[in-house]
Amino acid sequence: MSSPIYLDYSATTPVDKRVAEKMCHYLTMEGNFGNPASRSHQYGWDAETAVEEARVNVAALINADAKEIVWTSGATESDNLAIKGAAHFYSKRGKHIITSKTEHKAVLDTCRQLEREGYEVTYLDPEEDGIIDIAKLEAAMRDDTILVSIMHVNNEIGVIQDIEAIGELCRSRKIIFHVDAAQSAGKTEIDLQQLKVDLMSFSAHKVYGPKGIGALYVRRKPRIRIEAQMHGGGHERGMRSGTLATHQIVGMGEAFKIAKEEMVDENKRILALRDRLLTGFNDMEELYVNGNLEQRVPHNLNLSFNFVEGESLLMAIDSLAVSSGSACTSASLEPSYVLRAIGRNDELAHSSIRFSIGRFTTEEDVDFTINLLKEKVDKLRLLSPLWDMYKDGIDISTIQWNAH
Amino acid sequence: MAYSDKVMDHYENPRNVGTMDNDESGVGTGMVGAPACGDVMRLQIKVDEQGVIEDAKFKTYGCGSAIASSSLVTEWVKGKTLEEAGEIKNTDIAEELALPPVKIHCSVLAEDAIKAAITDYKEKQSS
Repeated sequence: MSSPIYLDYSATTPVDKRVAEKMCHYLTMEGNFGNPASRSHQYGWDAETAVEEARVNVAALINADAKEIVWTSGATESDNLAIKGAAHFYSKRGKHIITSKTEHKAVLDTCRQLEREGYEVTYLDPEEDGIIDIAKLEAAMRDDTILVSIMHVNNEIGVIQDIEAIGELCRSRKIIFHVDAAQSAGKTEIDLQQLKVDLMSFSAHKVYGPKGIGALYVRRKPRIRIEAQMHGGGHERGMRSGTLATHQIVGMGEAFKIAKEEMVDENKRILALRDRLLTGFNDMEELYVNGNLEQRVPHNLNLSFNFVEGESLLMAIDSLAVSSGSACTSASLEPSYVLRAIGRNDELAHSSIRFSIGRFTTEEDVDFTINLLKEKVDKLRLLSPLWDMYKDGIDISTIQWNAH
Repeated sequence: MAYSDKVMDHYENPRNVGTMDNDESGVGTGMVGAPACGDVMRLQIKVDEQGVIEDAKFKTYGCGSAIASSSLVTEWVKGKTLEEAGEIKNTDIAEELALPPVKIHCSVLAEDAIKAAITDYKEKQSS
């Protein structure tokens, strides 16, 4: 059996061959394997040069200064460092934090931990299209609010939050603003000279770089302070100790450099593919797009095929690699908390499929996907008692079900 | 999730898919589960004058295990008396299909569906 068609680029991306090739030169005796912290010989100096070049490349994509980039192990660590680091450092100013219910678990679970430490957290409900209402955010702000953490692009539904407006609001209230940008770097423009964002988390493996490396942007003007979470040799100006993984860092730098060069053209191509995919489903009944379709990265299409359960649909389309918001695909047996937070009922959450398109997706892949989905959804609907009832004009929400 | 060959077979070639006329005499319908939980099974039986199930049909909204469990029980109940069919246990279904622990509730639902169909049939006969 040939490999399934990969349409799960929001989960991770393959490393671009140009990136992998470059990384190989930073591992072996023949390569540049030195410890960037070694100040006493050429091996260390060369490694440091490579790390600093990568730092410049990462900073360039987001129009920041290289000195504002701190290497981490990935976006989860960046989120932890930003949120715990700022909350701890500024705890004398207040202990209130605002975030949203559709954030990544790396943000939500970090906030839960801070609640256990005595902080108070407000979890905002986004609107039905997944976007945060700025007025509701403002209403949640208090005199003791020290931090707002709102993601740039949502990992499940791809919607883009208005971080420009949120940044202005936070700055005017002297509240620190953290943004998880794991899903937006390389997909939508980020200009940190314009945006009033204080802390921003990045991951390499969502941008065709390697897993296990990420970065945290920490603003210098006005200067934002964070308390280190990892203590040791004082690397990264004391904010994150640990020997720098030169090959990983070089990979992230190269991936971000390619993203800067190719993003505009790539996004056009990917948007055309997404439109082709959505148009292909036009004639299907009871199909729902989850999240705002306009304020959204081109890479993401999250659809609910009503009256079909997500896991059985995934089984039927096993020649595609996609993900589902169905309970049965998660360890917790709960349907997607993101879809629930935007007000989707359990049925629609159970029947959702996330298609995420990327650098190596072709028109043929998209056409194959359309035909396969149509055939399998039709087949499963013929098996579905709920589809029967819908066709008979019975509103299933009026039935008294025995929940189990 | 890795499924057994038997689950895959029932999922890919479900047996006895369909709908019976619920108003017809001798037909009993059981519908169990809830859309919010991700599975709904509708199992229908047609019982002859000797009290033997001569036909069974199902439709299921749910995961692969739920579809396979309901497909399997339609095969099992055919030719059985109501009493025999009522003795089918969820553990038998789970064992036959080698369901993983997280999917045991699918077999419970299938057992419930048979019982509900039998109850429905009996209620109709007595009314």
